Amino acid sequence: MIAAPKSFEVVPKRDASGDAIGELLEVSFGPHHPSTHGVFRMDLTLDGEKVVKLKPVFGYLHRNHEKIGENISYLATMPYTDRLDYFCSMTNNWAYALTIEKLAGLAVPERAEYIRVIMAELTRLQNHTSLIGFFVHDMGALGTPLMYAFREREKILDLFEEISGARMMCNYMRFGGVRVDVNDDWIARTKTLVANYGRFLDEFETLLNENEILLARTQGVSPLTKAQAINASITGPMLRAAGVNYDLRKVDKYGFYSRFDFKVPVGETGDLYDRYMIRVLEMRESIKILNQALAGIPAGPIMDPKAKLRGFRPKPGEVYGRVEGPKGELGFYIISDGGPNPYRYRVRPPSFINLTILEDMCLGHKVADVIVILGSVDIVLGEVDR
Amino acid sequence: MIEDGLRSELAKQGIHVTSMQELYNWGRSNSVWPLAFGLACCAIEMMAASMSRFDIARFGSEVFRPSPRQADLMIVAGTVTKKMAPMVVRLYNQMPEPKYVIAMGACAISGGPFKQGYNVLKGVDRYIPVDVVIPGCPPRPEALLHALMTLQEKIAKQPLTGPDRPRHLNADIPGEYPVPEYGKHDLEPPNNPEIWQPPAIKR
Amino acid sequence: MEILEQIKARIEKSVPLTKLDIIPNECPAGERSLLVEASRAFDVAKFLRDDAQLQLDYCSNVTGIDWPEAKIKTKVKKKVVVEGVENEIEETIETLRSGHLEVVYHLYSMALKHGPVVLRTRTENRADKTHLPSLTPLWRGAEFQEREIYDLYGVIFDGHPDLRRILMWDEFVGHPMRRDYVAPDDFEYEPTPHAEVLDAAKKHYPVEPKAEVKP
Repeated sequence: MIAAPKSFEVVPKRDASGDAIGELLEVSFGPHHPSTHGVFRMDLTLDGEKVVKLKPVFGYLHRNHEKIGENISYLATMPYTDRLDYFCSMTNNWAYALTIEKLAGLAVPERAEYIRVIMAELTRLQNHTSLIGFFVHDMGALGTPLMYAFREREKILDLFEEISGARMMCNYMRFGGVRVDVNDDWIARTKTLVANYGRFLDEFETLLNENEILLARTQGVSPLTKAQAINASITGPMLRAAGVNYDLRKVDKYGFYSRFDFKVPVGETGDLYDRYMIRVLEMRESIKILNQALAGIPAGPIMDPKAKLRGFRPKPGEVYGRVEGPKGELGFYIISDGGPNPYRYRVRPPSFINLTILEDMCLGHKVADVIVILGSVDIVLGEVDR
Repeated sequence: MIEDGLRSELAKQGIHVTSMQELYNWGRSNSVWPLAFGLACCAIEMMAASMSRFDIARFGSEVFRPSPRQADLMIVAGTVTKKMAPMVVRLYNQMPEPKYVIAMGACAISGGPFKQGYNVLKGVDRYIPVDVVIPGCPPRPEALLHALMTLQEKIAKQPLTGPDRPRHLNADIPGEYPVPEYGKHDLEPPNNPEIWQPPAIKR
Repeated sequence: MEILEQIKARIEKSVPLTKLDIIPNECPAGERSLLVEASRAFDVAKFLRDDAQLQLDYCSNVTGIDWPEAKIKTKVKKKVVVEGVENEIEETIETLRSGHLEVVYHLYSMALKHGPVVLRTRTENRADKTHLPSLTPLWRGAEFQEREIYDLYGVIFDGHPDLRRILMWDEFVGHPMRRDYVAPDDFEYEPTPHAEVLDAAKKHYPVEPKAEVKP
């Protein structure tokens, strides 16, 4: 028998003057655990059931994406960006394509921009739906809401597969446009899906929004103030739940988002219920954007005629480009030295940075709340560890 | 052994004839419980395979056990990094016999697209024995179901006695493997020579 | 938001003993950055965060870059008189860039919704003088990113609350993202090797010479 290492340790609990008045339990939560959204470990120090200290440990999925980016050409990194946040491959692709278009000065034609917006909003829909499924699954509703969520997600993945050839790792955007054009049949089917999505969301909300258990477990748990959120560089739905109105689609106005009429939902206290409701409301806004984009998509080319696919060597320089991904601000910082490969390729991962205040949010809460708080931060380990 | 003609004639009369091996393996292969062990992107396709559209439950894998002590099958879905490798081997050791491993996705088989990595383990079969591999990046949920069916066929064919009998009936073959340690640049040892020998390629 | 020269002038007036450089950026839409020396970096960053006109309260991205020692060739046009005729010729001048590590901060403002202001600091060399001030006390969001730069590049941040490895395991020795890092050789099985991987794989198995094609 090979002995396992000690999985927990008991340390004395000391009061303010240093005398031992009890016992604390140091236990490692992960990396293999049914609810940690991937291989993520937290070293918890517990006083009974309450958390006294929490140190996150990651790196269990560090696949040195940035080093690979330095060794291969610009276009060859596009499939690797799919695998960063593996739920939202379309927005990852768009963030990278946007950055390189800024670097090389490429202009994207109108039809391609509309297609990009449609893909990004579909990605946001399926990400938020799956997240709510996982969130409620972690709270104890094992299986059923997740089944509902994945049922709808499969319909969106069918659309992605038809266009790009793969369900999840789409590799669809190119520098200067998109790879494959959409035809009218696809647009008609997407319109049907979006029209039915509102009804599915109604059903989902009726079952979940006023559920006693959900309300009892999420309201008032781990509130986040505006100042804390801004100082910790939180972005995405967590930031807006804390009350800060900062959405890159409105601030940077990238793509053609300024043409569409949509609101940005902003919360009040930043607790778990606000974060849950922000995501539900964002899905409704995404449906609005999708309706407008699908109705107004123009005909035209889908690639910039000046864009070179082979032998792409941008001039030396550096650029930072960012998009509003479903999890937060996804940014790419590229330094080019004039060669076919980037000199430095850096991904600004929203999940990694949103974990900065995990400890502050969990202090004083019970172990069961820690799981749900981690679920509300919405991390994907592919992005945290890259 | 009874011929198939006689067997079907008896079955029509309501008499079912089988052998101990068939019965034993039928029970084992139709209720393989996987360990919920998703590492990276392939884990999402594994979850999709357990959801309503692809439904792995109809193959007997109804529940994904969170604890290795209650699982028979470890589906290594996703990249195994060197930081995670000792945990993978330790979990494998904690599973009771009979246990099987499916390496799902290119990363678990050989390192996958991240092969040129200082932290990527180039194939989980360096430390634990793998029964079925599923190529793909990520493989479709249907491919996972096909792999499960292949595993079920493999289990159904295992004899109960003789030199080919499976590991849990053979006291000589070890069921636990040594756990690697973290070294300065790599794991120590970098692979387990008893299980894995680099295939010789002649060019 | 004001242009970079105005910001530079105001910083040099308000924060004592500071001399900033503006690093140019030739690509079409890139941002120019401010280079500040390590000893003044914290005070400059504090000014940028607290100044009423800028209010850069959001540190979006902290990046580490490795610049090893290199010879940089720059082409310079010179006018030369040859036999009474003035000619313009191009000469390549070689300068030696000493190796250093660099940390780049992208700062935005959530209050005034403008940005970015790019701030750079450099270490003295890549070997032993790799200390830089940590900006985590100003922007908490830089905490994990600075730990990652310590782990992967080796820059030691003074003033960081918890500086230890974050992505690699604790017993790991070395800084993997540096340009001269050699990964451990476990390329025994390479069905389709190419480039450096082919050389690494050749060490593990023999390569038979190709059979000659007879016409």
